[in-house]
Amino acid sequence: MYTKEMLESMKKVEANREANAVLEPRRMTAEEKDTLLKTYHPDYRQEEFDVLAIGPNKGEKVPKELAALLQANSRIQPDQIDLSHVDYDVDVLIIGGGGAGASAAIEADNAGAKAMIVTKLRIGDANTMMAEGGIQAADKPNDSPAVHYLDAFGGGHFAAKPELLYKLVTEAPEAIQWLNDLGVEFDKAPDGTMITTHGGGTSRKRMHAAKDYSGAEIMRTLRDEVLNREIPVVDFTAAIELILDENGKAAGAVLLNMETQEILIARAKTVVIATGGAGRLHYQGFPTSNHYGATADGLVLAYRAGAKLLYPDTLQYHPTGAAYPEQIFGALVTEKVRSLGAKLINVDGEVFMHPLETRDVSAASIIRECSDRGKGVATPEGTGVWLDTPMIELKGGEGTIEKRIPAMMRMFAKYDIDIRKEPILVYPTLHYQNGGIDISSNGQSSIENLFVAGEAVGGIHGRNRLMGNSLLDIIVFGRNAGRNASAKAKETTVGALTLAHVDAYAKEMKEAGITSDMVSPKLLPDYRRNK
Amino acid sequence: METMVHIFLMGKQYEVPSNLTIMKAMEYAGYQLIRGCGCRNGFCGACATIYRIKGDRELKACLACQTKVEDNMYVATLPFFPLVKQVYDIEKVSPTQQIMMQLYPEIYACIGCNACTKSCTQDLNVMQYIAYAQRGDFEKCAEESFDCVMCGVCSSRCPAGISHPQVAMLARRLNGKYLAPKSEHLENRVREIKNGDFKELLEGLMQKPLEEMQELYNHRDIEK
Repeated sequence: MYTKEMLESMKKVEANREANAVLEPRRMTAEEKDTLLKTYHPDYRQEEFDVLAIGPNKGEKVPKELAALLQANSRIQPDQIDLSHVDYDVDVLIIGGGGAGASAAIEADNAGAKAMIVTKLRIGDANTMMAEGGIQAADKPNDSPAVHYLDAFGGGHFAAKPELLYKLVTEAPEAIQWLNDLGVEFDKAPDGTMITTHGGGTSRKRMHAAKDYSGAEIMRTLRDEVLNREIPVVDFTAAIELILDENGKAAGAVLLNMETQEILIARAKTVVIATGGAGRLHYQGFPTSNHYGATADGLVLAYRAGAKLLYPDTLQYHPTGAAYPEQIFGALVTEKVRSLGAKLINVDGEVFMHPLETRDVSAASIIRECSDRGKGVATPEGTGVWLDTPMIELKGGEGTIEKRIPAMMRMFAKYDIDIRKEPILVYPTLHYQNGGIDISSNGQSSIENLFVAGEAVGGIHGRNRLMGNSLLDIIVFGRNAGRNASAKAKETTVGALTLAHVDAYAKEMKEAGITSDMVSPKLLPDYRRNK
Repeated sequence: METMVHIFLMGKQYEVPSNLTIMKAMEYAGYQLIRGCGCRNGFCGACATIYRIKGDRELKACLACQTKVEDNMYVATLPFFPLVKQVYDIEKVSPTQQIMMQLYPEIYACIGCNACTKSCTQDLNVMQYIAYAQRGDFEKCAEESFDCVMCGVCSSRCPAGISHPQVAMLARRLNGKYLAPKSEHLENRVREIKNGDFKELLEGLMQKPLEEMQELYNHRDIEK
């Protein structure tokens, strides 16, 4: 499967494997990391960002592709929408059917609220399903929520909102327990002790996993629970605009049937945005590990309605996307591969960094190796470095790969690469939206009755997220949003519905001299061939 | 110059590069996918697809995002297959054989044809995990079915009308909740947090100035 040049380089990787496996590479100092990030991390390429001319974040920079969508036209003409004809009338409207949306729905249901999920694809078609490596929680005797806090705060460059991070780490063990009680299977020793590993930037082994199907196991269980409770799920139906009431509170959404193009109106006492990330916007031309629907829709809806964003300029490029073969270019190679002992190796067979630096540092380091240092391995799509998977078997014994990372083994085996025997080629892939909609610790955005959970939130992780803190945040903040949105629904009387904010935003665009031939939210990427 | 192959999407012929997956070939041919496309990476089961190579009698199944096109491949996607999903209360069921008899009695009508296993897009031993479910051996059923992406191809081929992925889903939840050993350290930690044990420590951290936090972070002790 590998090319001749790759095989030449692989010989060096093999020759050095035993020596490289026992090597304990030095971790970078704070200053080294700082310089590395500024020189090589995509977030620092100024020419890839545009400054917003209107809206709550006016004057701030965001990726060009996001700016274009935030400052694009609505998909609707408000005067042609009949808000008096309500198709769905619920307490809590949840937009998005991933882990955060499902968790919110379950908690809203627990609180006795009438909840409904709308999703543009199917429930479970979400980045949650694709999370492989694990979920963090400080539940071991040598660990504590305070250590977890320090790891995440430092890893996120001290930019997380303290009250959100406090919530994340203190509710983490309970989140694991909640999932386990729902029937989620975790890797455990025979005595029940959770098998935990390191992730990049963790100082304690607190990564809980279900093999390398951690997110899939969580998502399918949550989905099963939503279905057991008979919570309505309206699938293949996208929210294309929020509806406010006359008092400026969130009060529903304009929906679009993705197949028939029919417009539907959902009225709700409170709304939860759980629309996930933005990988399919392919910032800076990067491939992505994200699912098909990751197009930042929630950010667009909320921004047009007046909600503030936080850190929308910071993205996570997962250090190890598949660089080869091209059929899986950009697909996620879980960080757990490195947690289990595989190291990053350059074309000459040298270990060039500690394998468990934080993701932004690791990605920048790989980019440096492949660019200025010229030590990458050429691939049809560009370049990559080796991730020496056979080291895992060397360290953990034969069979470790099949037992702990079966999905990875399967993914490469389809292309005749046996990761137990051969290393794989990796390069950073667009993975996670660190920023998003600004919320307070009750999960509410700057718009009353508009709650947000999951990847659409900004501020939980700061400017970089640690592995395993996203599966955690969708559960903690999903449940939080569900509980608070249902409590708020009880005391809410919805006033007259309006889309005046859509007109107002269009007017603001016009006044700022912005013309756009695009409509947003984007809903789905278009991969059809340009003829 | 890339090599091209001829494929048939829903019976219509297209010429596409030979290195594409079925999913990318459909997009190359001009389809804007709505159904039948999810994670694009083999985890979600949205793109179940059946195909036949011209001249071959066997009808094969795969995930469109995980399978390369071949010359003379006839492709039909199966973006929605109506599985039977029984509703139950996870708090009220118990992990006994009766629950399967009650919710999914059709598993006992399995005729052992093995069509499910042969069609599995994840190469799982589906018939075997159904056998474990029949016996009420949920731990083994959970283990054997763990990598299931619930695409539903197995069920589309089953003469007994079994919804295999849903049977396995129930088995895994029963195993995860009732049969797998409890984690004492987890229960202890949840209790300690509820008791407010870490509150002071954390609130202290949250109030520290940036320089002090940087110092703490840069010199923290990292478990080997």
